[in-house]
Amino acid sequence: MAYTLHHPKWHRDSKPIFWWVRNWASIAFILRELTSVAVAYFAVLLILVYRALQSGPEAWAALVSMLANPTMIAFHVFALCTLLYHSITWFNLSPKAIVIRLGRWRIPDLLIAGGNYAAWIFISAMIALAYVAS
Amino acid sequence: MNKSNDPFWWTLFGAGGALSAMLVPILLFLIGVATPLGWIDAPSYAAVSGLMLHPIVRIAAFSLISLSFFHWAHRFRFTLYDGLQLKHLFQLIAVICYGGALAGSIAAAYVIW
Repeated sequence: MAYTLHHPKWHRDSKPIFWWVRNWASIAFILRELTSVAVAYFAVLLILVYRALQSGPEAWAALVSMLANPTMIAFHVFALCTLLYHSITWFNLSPKAIVIRLGRWRIPDLLIAGGNYAAWIFISAMIALAYVAS
Repeated sequence: MNKSNDPFWWTLFGAGGALSAMLVPILLFLIGVATPLGWIDAPSYAAVSGLMLHPIVRIAAFSLISLSFFHWAHRFRFTLYDGLQLKHLFQLIAVICYGGALAGSIAAAYVIW
């Protein structure tokens, strides 16, 4: 006798593509994830800097004038805002990922985030000084 | 969020996220905004190449570039999965994202050295 397994239809969530547009929290989440595009863009820019430096002074001058184009400056201001959002969200979330305990005392989130910000300011100042002095 | 259980990719993602969060805003501000607007005098070619072609700076720049790409690959991958509901393209997206990061790293190594 033929035996047929009972096979109910699978349940599948059908979520619309733009599900995240409905509330601010999920928009902020998607924007935070998209900051990674700006991070990758900067990596490309740094490769272009090296290519120009390795090619010689003319190539460097061409890159410098390209960077001075108003459209490029406007784009870089936008990219900079995106990257600041990346840094701030990263530093604020890191206490959730890094839990440090000294004996039974858990180092509070605020201290870890504060340490991040202090390191950020210090490193940025050092880079700026090295750049201006060069 | 769809958390990846793969500690290898997550480690690259985390290292790239931390390094870029610390270093990239000031670098982009100096190179892309302050210098072109004339707030800071543009350093000479000799000064910039002397600094950037120093062996230690090359290694640091390569690390920053490569880890930034892998940071992007991991985040962008899950943004495509979750944001655009493309979970059925799981393998294709993973290959494109991590493959792109690998190709970018190789290109960086080639250009830097």
